Amino acid sequence: MNTEINLKTLIVKKPLKLDCGKTINNFPIAYETYGSLNKNKDNAILIFHALTGDQFVTGLNPITNKDGWWSYAVGPDKAIDTNKYFVICSNVIGGCMGSFGPSHKDPNTQEILGTNFPVITINDMVNAQNNLLDHFGIEKLFSVVGGSMGGMQVLQFISNFPGKAKTVIPIACTSSHSAQNIAFNELGRQAITADNNWNEGNYNTKDTVPNKGLAVARMAAHITYLSKKGLQEKFGRKLQEREDIKFSFDADFQIESYLRYQGSVFVDRFDANSYLYITRAMDYFDLGKQFKGNLSDAFKETEAKFFIISFTSDWLYPTQENKDIVIALNAIGADVGFVEIESDKGHDSFLLDVPDFLNSLKNFLDKSYTEN
Amino acid sequence: MKNEFKVIADLIEKDKRVLDVGCADGTLMKFLKDNKNINIRGLEISKDKVQKCIAKGLTVIEGNAEKDLSQFPDKSFDYVILSQTLQAFLNPELVINELLRVGNKAIVTIPNFGYWKIRLHLLTKGTMPITKTLPDEWYNTPNLHMCTIKDFVHFVKSRNFKIFKSLALNSENVSLINNSNLGIKNLFADLGIFLIEK
Repeated sequence: MNTEINLKTLIVKKPLKLDCGKTINNFPIAYETYGSLNKNKDNAILIFHALTGDQFVTGLNPITNKDGWWSYAVGPDKAIDTNKYFVICSNVIGGCMGSFGPSHKDPNTQEILGTNFPVITINDMVNAQNNLLDHFGIEKLFSVVGGSMGGMQVLQFISNFPGKAKTVIPIACTSSHSAQNIAFNELGRQAITADNNWNEGNYNTKDTVPNKGLAVARMAAHITYLSKKGLQEKFGRKLQEREDIKFSFDADFQIESYLRYQGSVFVDRFDANSYLYITRAMDYFDLGKQFKGNLSDAFKETEAKFFIISFTSDWLYPTQENKDIVIALNAIGADVGFVEIESDKGHDSFLLDVPDFLNSLKNFLDKSYTEN
Repeated sequence: MKNEFKVIADLIEKDKRVLDVGCADGTLMKFLKDNKNINIRGLEISKDKVQKCIAKGLTVIEGNAEKDLSQFPDKSFDYVILSQTLQAFLNPELVINELLRVGNKAIVTIPNFGYWKIRLHLLTKGTMPITKTLPDEWYNTPNLHMCTIKDFVHFVKSRNFKIFKSLALNSENVSLINNSNLGIKNLFADLGIFLIEK
């Protein structure tokens, strides 16, 4: 969404050849930083955001007026301590928070790009963000960190730039989107494109936007971010502000009301076409395939120290998929640690206040940093 | 640090690559890393203990030795350590084979069920022995396959593994085990420490 608020933006002049074959140049990357870069420039952490995240990691997000998406983990004295580290996060290309995306205008025609925006991949996202390192004059990051799609970007980044990070922390992610992952994303995309307002992606030319479709996409996805146990404990069969069921299709149950609310607030901050593009990028992600099916080869050039984290109740990117990355790294004798955190909060655990997770992250980072 | 760990540390030369299987809270790993510049990895099944290792800045993988050793390539470590856990596996033979596949050498320590106090306990009391090394009751012990020093030596020989060093530990005393004193050591040591190779 283009807004009136001034976003920090880097205009990348260097042409970037995308996986789809097209080349983009003079494109914007919107970013945010926290903490300060030290003299040696060896305290920088690049955080990659997930599907619906943005550059506003912590503190107040000026667009939504809510806390940044990773406020539990990032900030002064937190797991990723901004008193100590210089944190950079940028909006992915294809996104809608200022980086080059489908809501931008074609410079030649001044028309909103919509589905004329090229199909992008995780690889393209990472290659675009690498320009930030040159911008800040950082040769080697202290760490690359991200959960979910952010974790996929972490894996792709260290594969593309093996010498550019000292530590690598992929969280609750996978090296290859499963059929189930693709299926859920397709459900979301179908909800959007089935909304008449979508209009083949040309909705921005009218005043109508496919909010209903986007809200349904968000509702379906939101279920995959939680666990059955978590949902049951929080909502069970509790009714929404009523004594009894109403024999109607109104939101009788609290869970219905909750999902509707999640859908409605999401459409205020997210662009439907961006949702299509970013979910597509996730579906196309298969790091092993880039190396003829041998995932280990993706990491054989790097000497970075890996720390992989999964959550017991995450069924979107379950422990085994995270462990497959550990196995690929062990096969080449890489320095890799792995921990599965006990949590009922599902895939969303990495965004929430899960002390074992936050402690692990903090301990790993701080101990690795003192080994500098 | 307990005496057993000092003995194990003395068996390992500086600058080696070592895997500690069942590394617990990482005490031995930390010692080896700090004092012998060992490139050390741990494998540990308990989530709490994994957290303790991470807090010490150690590289640890949460996992189960019976399943997760298979991901390490052949001879990817100079030494693999297994301290007092062999008896707790469903299939100790499989684990020993895995240790010797993954490591050039393995250091295995076992609580000796032939120790005189254990024999005496069973003989006089007629109940399952409880000692400092084996503190649990029969119904809640994690130990499934107890053996004696003699059993272990016989097993290693029957599989044609090489024994580089056999040590008997009794509180503070460490002594060498050889063919002629095996019976005595099997009676007076509460722990056996073996350096073996396939």
